[in-house]
Amino acid sequence: MKRKRETRAKELIRRFKYNKSAVFGLVILIVLVLSAIFANYIAPNDPTPSPPQLFNKLKPGFWSEEAVKGMPLGTDALGRDVLSRVIYGARVSLSAGFVAVGIAMFFGIILGVIAGYYGGAVDAAVMRIVDIMFAFPALLLAIVIVAVIGQGLDKAMVAIGIVYTPQMARIIRSSVLYIKEMEYIEVQKAIGSSNWRIIFRHVLPNSIAPVIVYGTLMLATAILDCAALGFLGLGAQPPTPEWGAMLSRSYSYIVSGAWWAATFPGMAILFSVLGLNLLGDGLRDILDPRLRT
Amino acid sequence: MLVPVLLGTSIIAFSLIHLAPGDPARTIAGEHASQKTINRIREKYGLDKPVYVQYGIWLGNVLRGNMGRSIASNEYITKEILHRFPSTFELALSAMVLAILVGSVAGIISASKQYSALDYTFMGIALFGVSMPVFWLGIMLMMIFGVFLRWLPIGGRMDIAISFHRITGFYILDSIITGNMAGLVSAVRYLILPSIALATIPMATIARVTRSSMLEVLRQDFIRTERAKGLSERVVIYKHAMRNAMIPVITVIGLNFGLLLAGAILTETVFSWPGIGRYVVTAVRMRDYPAVQGCVLFFAFFFVIVNLITDILYIYIDPRIHYK
Repeated sequence: MKRKRETRAKELIRRFKYNKSAVFGLVILIVLVLSAIFANYIAPNDPTPSPPQLFNKLKPGFWSEEAVKGMPLGTDALGRDVLSRVIYGARVSLSAGFVAVGIAMFFGIILGVIAGYYGGAVDAAVMRIVDIMFAFPALLLAIVIVAVIGQGLDKAMVAIGIVYTPQMARIIRSSVLYIKEMEYIEVQKAIGSSNWRIIFRHVLPNSIAPVIVYGTLMLATAILDCAALGFLGLGAQPPTPEWGAMLSRSYSYIVSGAWWAATFPGMAILFSVLGLNLLGDGLRDILDPRLRT
Repeated sequence: MLVPVLLGTSIIAFSLIHLAPGDPARTIAGEHASQKTINRIREKYGLDKPVYVQYGIWLGNVLRGNMGRSIASNEYITKEILHRFPSTFELALSAMVLAILVGSVAGIISASKQYSALDYTFMGIALFGVSMPVFWLGIMLMMIFGVFLRWLPIGGRMDIAISFHRITGFYILDSIITGNMAGLVSAVRYLILPSIALATIPMATIARVTRSSMLEVLRQDFIRTERAKGLSERVVIYKHAMRNAMIPVITVIGLNFGLLLAGAILTETVFSWPGIGRYVVTAVRMRDYPAVQGCVLFFAFFFVIVNLITDILYIYIDPRIHYK
């Protein structure tokens, strides 16, 4: 039994290696995680120096002769190092994304399992709520929730988590519906296992593949939506080095030619989202060929 | 399907005021309202009655087109939204047209020349497109074409120096009606960058779906028959295959129109576009709850209408579908 498991793991790794875009996505994710964890060591400067170094404001980076030493990507309107803020931004965005997806997973799994396993009226009620929430673009719903619970990074994470819950619930439900009909579940019922035991020992472990796949893809959109809220001034507040908030603070200066402060945070968002999308698509092909579109 | 969604939405919008911290009457009246105004509002909306009665009163008002007054401007919210709707719709429509044209053509070319350099280029661009933060793309377009090259304006809907007579609120249409050539040119120039920014994500999605749907259709037997009976490749692809491949694409277009509204919130903010997207952001920032409520209802209504239109379109494009 043990030997068989090893070959299965080996097979998955082998299939993963063949998938170039998934490997590329994984590399991006590793870079992100590393810069989030070691931001203190990697970043050349303090992301939020106090008092602000206004004498350094909007200085270009390495491509120009006016560059400030040790600030290779230039400085923003308050004289802060753009590179350091982008590196620290990985910490903010990644943790915000993980918290949001975590919330969605926790509630989504509970709702999805109940709806899928028990069916009937509970299922109908949960799925109606999901349908209603699908009538809104995720970002708009998040904005509405922020309007109720207030602005700020922590609240933005909660809002995004709530918005993603129905999507997660729907994914879990369809997976549970599929597994529920399998013969081994029938066997469990026949030998008298309790519903709880069946759910935790058999249904949940077998629905893990779609959770990983969609969790990864969801992490990408969570980072994107969190940055969007920050950009609109409803998420992270200054001086937090959050990519979206950095953009909204610096894009008015492009008129005076200071393009760097608005360019690099956006690139960071783009590549993070791209990497996670590639990884998610790759994992889908590898873990669950049934889901391939 | 439509009725429960609209009803559910109305409950969400209604509870917005009640979930907001503090006394609902004060929430509706605004932070600086006098006690007299608050009392008047409490009486008018029946806020001293049970919640379901309040909901009934509120829903009755909404159905009569009365969504209350904005705290920030003291204008009727229905009026504020209707005034801004044409500008959002003009932007969304031009973005959608752009996305459909470019996206479906790119998808068809990719599918008919599968694994060619062109296919890889298009799909590579589309991959970036679906991961693109629209607000950043908007800023980059603005920077390159507005600030550095100075080809196009960077924000707003029309040059303020141009005399313009507003009739429908659709600036391009209004310019044509009044024969205002300068207005038309200006309106189009201001529309280009925001439309491109807003079109990116649906364009990428449409290109990918069109490609995979075309590939599926091109493998089918009737295509082989048509090629065998000597129809030109052009007729096979653009007449027979395309018509069949477009069915899933229409679904995606319908779904994306709703998402476009979310994109519009960001695009309008970047380009100072005076539409509903920007209005809802300002309303949230200013804690103008009645205005947020109005926008939520409006967006949901719009989304439901778009879905309805998508369903109707199926009948025309796919004769196999009948509604009884």
